[in-house]
Amino acid sequence: MLEIKDLHATINGKEILKGINLTIKSGEVHAIMGPNGSGKSTLSNVLVGHPAYEVTKGSVTFDGKDLLAMSPEDRSHEGLFLSFQYPVEIPGVSMVNFMRAAVNEQRKYKGLPALTASEFLKLMRQKREIVELDSKLANRSVNEGFSGGEKKRNEIFQMAMLEPKLSILDETDSGLDIDALRIVAEGVNKLKTPETSCIVITHYQRLLDYIKPDIVHVLYKGRIVKTAGPELALELEEKGYDWIKKELGE
Amino acid sequence: MQLEPNKYVKELTKEKYKYGFTTDVHTDIIEKGLNEDVVRLISAKKGEPEWLLEFRLKAYRHWLTMEMPTWAHLNIPEIDYQAISYYADPTTKKKDGPKSLDEVDPELLKTFNKLGIPLEEQMALSGMAVDAVMDSVSVKTTFKETLMEKGIIFCSISEAVREHPDLVKKYLGSVVGYRDNFFAALNSAVFSDGSFVYIPKGVRCPMELSTYFRINAANTGQFERTLIVADDDSYVSYLEGCTAPMRDENQLHAAIVEIVVMDRAEVKYSTVQNWYPGDAEGKGGVYNFVTKRGNCKGVDSKLSWTQVETGSAITWKYPSCILTGDNSTAEFYSVAVTNNYQQADTGTKMIHIGKNTRSTIVSKGISAGKSQNSYRGLVRVAERAENARNYSQCDSLLLGSQCGAHTFPYMDIHNETAVVEHEATTSKISEDQIFYCNQRGISTEDAVGLIVNGYAKEVLNKLPMEFAVEAQKLLSVSLEGSVG
Repeated sequence: MLEIKDLHATINGKEILKGINLTIKSGEVHAIMGPNGSGKSTLSNVLVGHPAYEVTKGSVTFDGKDLLAMSPEDRSHEGLFLSFQYPVEIPGVSMVNFMRAAVNEQRKYKGLPALTASEFLKLMRQKREIVELDSKLANRSVNEGFSGGEKKRNEIFQMAMLEPKLSILDETDSGLDIDALRIVAEGVNKLKTPETSCIVITHYQRLLDYIKPDIVHVLYKGRIVKTAGPELALELEEKGYDWIKKELGE
Repeated sequence: MQLEPNKYVKELTKEKYKYGFTTDVHTDIIEKGLNEDVVRLISAKKGEPEWLLEFRLKAYRHWLTMEMPTWAHLNIPEIDYQAISYYADPTTKKKDGPKSLDEVDPELLKTFNKLGIPLEEQMALSGMAVDAVMDSVSVKTTFKETLMEKGIIFCSISEAVREHPDLVKKYLGSVVGYRDNFFAALNSAVFSDGSFVYIPKGVRCPMELSTYFRINAANTGQFERTLIVADDDSYVSYLEGCTAPMRDENQLHAAIVEIVVMDRAEVKYSTVQNWYPGDAEGKGGVYNFVTKRGNCKGVDSKLSWTQVETGSAITWKYPSCILTGDNSTAEFYSVAVTNNYQQADTGTKMIHIGKNTRSTIVSKGISAGKSQNSYRGLVRVAERAENARNYSQCDSLLLGSQCGAHTFPYMDIHNETAVVEHEATTSKISEDQIFYCNQRGISTEDAVGLIVNGYAKEVLNKLPMEFAVEAQKLLSVSLEGSVG
């Protein structure tokens, strides 16, 4: 599904990603862990095409297509979704109007007719239940006045609406209490199919207790330095990153 | 569910200014220049009574003593008032003006059809009567007879002068005197056409009344004059739309709108102003120097101004309310968009005179490109205006870093019981907001449309339905190319 080869990327001229190689197949859940400043958020931003980052080398193919050649909105239409670490507030734009524009733009891209108002509202109702999102929130402006937990739940709600092939969850667990974490994680699990994949960026095992990864990577100084099964996350939880730094001879 | 703006944006973003065409029609244009003879000539062409000629001449003589105001935050190039023609009549084939549709030049009908204003009553928007004014003359007023059955007078001001001279004489200049300001004096001297509305006592006008103003002829000024009188216990909703061809020269539009609201009457006045704004380099465009004012004369009367200003190279406009009657209420809801090199200095005046008077001001400025957008508002509470209330909210939204947004609120309070509130915010559409939309599959243009329409929603919701949809489209188109 996703194939990243020797990816280098900079922000403001500073190189953050220094040769990432990563292959994700359909149905797989990959966890990416690593100390602060190792390039985890940069990787997710580069994949979704954030304009502040410049790709200086390497390639990314998504379902056989050149991802880096696509505009951010087309990457979304092709089925790439990012659950933002810090979802932005958009005052004045209701969740209903926002999601309706997003869903219908995607349908247009796929050559499908726009949903009617009643079809759309029905879809909203169904998907809202997946993350137990209050109907009042759906009538508010995008993320405006949402608590930290509500913002993250709202991200997963949007994921449910857009039904992406590949979702990137960028520290979706940060700022969540135990109950909210469970709701969000269960929401992600409900959306999982053999055709969809997930990249989970996190610092903590507690999210991976709910969303079970198939493969765990450690990103350090812009490179993936270790790849193993789910047991790696437990080991990191216990021992921290120092032993990996030692392995690297630092 | 709210109206959805985005589906319009894409199809419209390719268009620059779709009303920019000209109509090829025989037009009787008087020679350029302004003097007493020109004032007399305009009056004679319209077959006016002596008292009106006197009114015009007094205004003209007063205008000569005045200078153009310079206090606005505008950079207005010098205007040569002798280089403008003050009267252009595109209906000259018929001596007495059109009586039925058959007599209106088909070219003119075509023009208004093209503008989306069908003048054939069977094709017209249901529930809306239209007075169509091109250059200096009213081309046609629809549903006049239907309205007359209820005693409602809706016609061009020229016709009103002939048919209802007592009403016109009583109210013309009663809210905006010819000495009021430079452009008001000029308008009072040379005004040509506009609409006259009289709603009799106790009548609720059954349809929206609207006037559509079109400038066509080159090198002419349009001096619209509109007068609305709502008698006791009446109600009317009035809409005004404006467009002009794309021309390299600037064109002058100096209008006066006067509204008189009697006991317990209510008037809603909505404007969608889309005069040609000039091109992306700032060449051409309409100078829109307008004096609009209403007098809430009666007790418990209510006046509401709603404006969506997207056009004009320069806008100088302050739709105002004098709250004379006790318990009277006034509202001003405004969205002003400036892009490229447009300049707008717009706002309102709320003059509280009666007791327990209330006013609300909601102003939303949107600036993009290299434009300058100013809100200027005055709230005055007179000595005997016990328990006056005002709430003002002035928001500015900036797109890009080369535009300017300015707020000039004035308060002049002479009564201790007054409660006056003012809130102001300035915001910018951030790249993070745009990118968030992009990641969800929404293009940058559509994202700006969503955000701008969301920002202006509070005002757009005040417009009648058909206008609200038009206005949403207009906002998106006006800001085309302002991001990215």
